[in-house]
Amino acid sequence: MPTHQINPNKWIELYSDYLFNYTITRVNDREIAKDIIQDTFFAGLKSMKNFKGEASERTWLISILKRKIIDYYRKINSNKGQAEVRMTYNNAEDNEGDWLEERAEDEGYLNAQEALENTELGDAIYDCMDKLTAKQAAVFKMKTILNYETEAICNELNITPSNLWVIIHRARTAMAECMEKNWL
Amino acid sequence: MSKFFFISKKDAFHICDKSQYKESTIWEKFKLMIRCLFCDATRHYVNRNTKLTEAIKTSKLDCLSHHERQLLNERLKKKLKDEV
Repeated sequence: MPTHQINPNKWIELYSDYLFNYTITRVNDREIAKDIIQDTFFAGLKSMKNFKGEASERTWLISILKRKIIDYYRKINSNKGQAEVRMTYNNAEDNEGDWLEERAEDEGYLNAQEALENTELGDAIYDCMDKLTAKQAAVFKMKTILNYETEAICNELNITPSNLWVIIHRARTAMAECMEKNWL
Repeated sequence: MSKFFFISKKDAFHICDKSQYKESTIWEKFKLMIRCLFCDATRHYVNRNTKLTEAIKTSKLDCLSHHERQLLNERLKKKLKDEV
């Protein structure tokens, strides 16, 4: 029996940041990440009728997003493959050994474990942020993740600085409690 | 004189929150430190708050700016309208 409902009008508010963070940690490019989540939402709209309600809306969107990320890598890998075919290594003796350097593991690969842990930590933080009220989450994100100035947040959300610090305090207390249970 | 050095728990929490964003003064930090010496609750709050800041820093979290989110919202709404 379906237990979850679908409501595309709430997708941006509820899931855009989570999906964006999920994507950017995997593609490392802000513009590409934005394009991929837009494609994900559009694909979600197209296949709304296939939503059975057995999984949560977020899980369903993530499964679409994962396919979009795979598609993206397939696309760039096929482009890279074409580039490699064109690439030539000359046989001059003074260049001997160059190919080895070019094919050596890059630093990024060596840090894969660390990157994976950071991704999981990011997911845990977003899970905790989901439990905040909409206003707390908005203020917390602007102040902590986007590093906006207090004044800018107050102007944008039409709140006073003291109001902002009360919201920050409540958000941080709830976040710390949640993170203590789930991660720290 | 004591008011000069000693702060309430509420003020200590507020200074600690501001410190996470590097918005507290050295004098405020000093007063927070004094409070930490004799108040378990403040010490606990400072430890937990610092751990949270470290976790967020380590995770290198990112999210959409207000403008980017608005733009995405407009596009999705337009698409939703077209689909319907």
